[in-house]
Amino acid sequence: MTADIAVLGAGMHPWGKWGRSFVTYGRAAARAALADAGLDWTDVGSIVGADTVRSGYPGYVAGATFAQALGWQGARVTSVYAACASGAQAIGAARAQILGGLADVVLVVGADAAPKGFFAPAGGDRPDDPDWLRFRVLGATNPAYFALYARRRMALYGDTAEDFAQVKVKNAAAGALNPNARYRKPVTAQEVAASAVVADPLRLLDICATSDGGAALVLSSMDFARARGVTDPVRIRAVSTVTPTYPRTVLDLPDIATDSVTAVRPAAGSFRASIARAAYEEAGLGPDDLSLAEVYDLSTALELEWYEDIGLCAEGEGAKLLREGATALGGRVPVNTSGGLASFGEAVPAQAIAQVCELTWQLRGTAAERQVPGARAGITANQGLFGHGSAVIAVR
Amino acid sequence: MERTRTRTPVVSGWFGDSGAEGGFRLLGTRCSACAAVFFPREDAYCRNPHCAGDGELAEVPLSPRGRVWSYTDGRYRPPAPYVSDPEVPWEPYTLVAVELEAEGMVVLGQAVPGVGVADLAIGMEVEVVGGVLDETTETTWTTWRFRPVTDVAGGDGGDGADGEARP
Repeated sequence: MTADIAVLGAGMHPWGKWGRSFVTYGRAAARAALADAGLDWTDVGSIVGADTVRSGYPGYVAGATFAQALGWQGARVTSVYAACASGAQAIGAARAQILGGLADVVLVVGADAAPKGFFAPAGGDRPDDPDWLRFRVLGATNPAYFALYARRRMALYGDTAEDFAQVKVKNAAAGALNPNARYRKPVTAQEVAASAVVADPLRLLDICATSDGGAALVLSSMDFARARGVTDPVRIRAVSTVTPTYPRTVLDLPDIATDSVTAVRPAAGSFRASIARAAYEEAGLGPDDLSLAEVYDLSTALELEWYEDIGLCAEGEGAKLLREGATALGGRVPVNTSGGLASFGEAVPAQAIAQVCELTWQLRGTAAERQVPGARAGITANQGLFGHGSAVIAVR
Repeated sequence: MERTRTRTPVVSGWFGDSGAEGGFRLLGTRCSACAAVFFPREDAYCRNPHCAGDGELAEVPLSPRGRVWSYTDGRYRPPAPYVSDPEVPWEPYTLVAVELEAEGMVVLGQAVPGVGVADLAIGMEVEVVGGVLDETTETTWTTWRFRPVTDVAGGDGGDGADGEARP
């Protein structure tokens, strides 16, 4: 078990398709987080940016770009890239600096201006890049992988298209209450069923969109928080960013095949489950301690997998948990109280930070109509390309 | 005048007619030190963290048949570098993830043209065959495809599969 760090401020630029630079969104989110913390930018000793790859190469982005937009003030600067887990790795880097005594206050920022349509690899002939190869050889888009998982759940566990639609209905209901969400209208199961099939069995409303948005956090040491009179801040207790364990037996994007089990027997449980397990071990908490969770619902069906992976229920029982209403607002352990990716659309480097913003507001008791009464502990979970994933546990 | 196109694998060394019986196979590599199998082929280093090392990675044909792990289709045109003619209405293709028992791995591929999601079921036996991915004026780009096994008597004959097994 490691020491806590304090969340002094959280801020976002609303998700949408605004047509502006990601720097604008990141700067706005950073200023909102600083205002929330009651700190000036010049009080910040370190800034960590989560890289925005599609708007440039990683060097153009993140830490230095946001620092310049806020005005150079000589802070330590760090930039990280880890696909969908970029934001969590940025939080992890900030936490290491704080716990290592290198900085008292760290600003973490992630923002994206996403293209329309399917995510695609960068241009040019790059036959040594697995992400390029899966498009060139197979035309395998991200939703194709989500659909493979969804179809397998239907065959193994008896999940139905109606179950998947109910995830969207649940998350849209929560997102309708969130001023930072891009989609703020309730959705019915009939509307999901009437939307176009993208990759059988998943329909358009089963799959998350890609969005513009920005999110930021102001993090500090517990001593710094106390010195400023913040006696009971939201605390980050664990940041898990573990790799998979060889052999990895679940086909994952952008891979064309899994590892083989001829040489080594696979460990029990999925990669996603191992991400959450590492976070629980670090925090000294378990699934029974959770008041809420924010999970990466890249598709509706994938949210059900996360229920199992973060230990809310046994393998194969995700749809049952959903049907019982346990994961809706007002349920035993609400999941995606923010509205999730279903209501936000993915803004890759911002999303894992946005998940922690939601935990912060819930644990402070300031989530308004979305509030989970008496929230004390929450987990975020996320997974992206190339064996990246993350889980963050926050408590109060 | 008819133009002659060159037949070229979309990726070199991933498939070919090199099975023990001379049939079309996916080609992987196997580490001589730990027996780990890799597809797509890994020629530079073994990725098993427990491997003692100093092994050689030798080409190995993968099993010609496997069982459907999952499947889906692409109802919308994928972005480049997937090649398709924007002037021609999009025809969905089918993707199949196939579990190879001997290798203990799942491999993704497109189904042969004409096989849709309605023709597939998880657990169904399929076989790998050569096929065409796309064509330019000079080149026919070849690839691998999966198709349901229909001739129960032919092929590996080892497990008495009926091609309709479900979990």
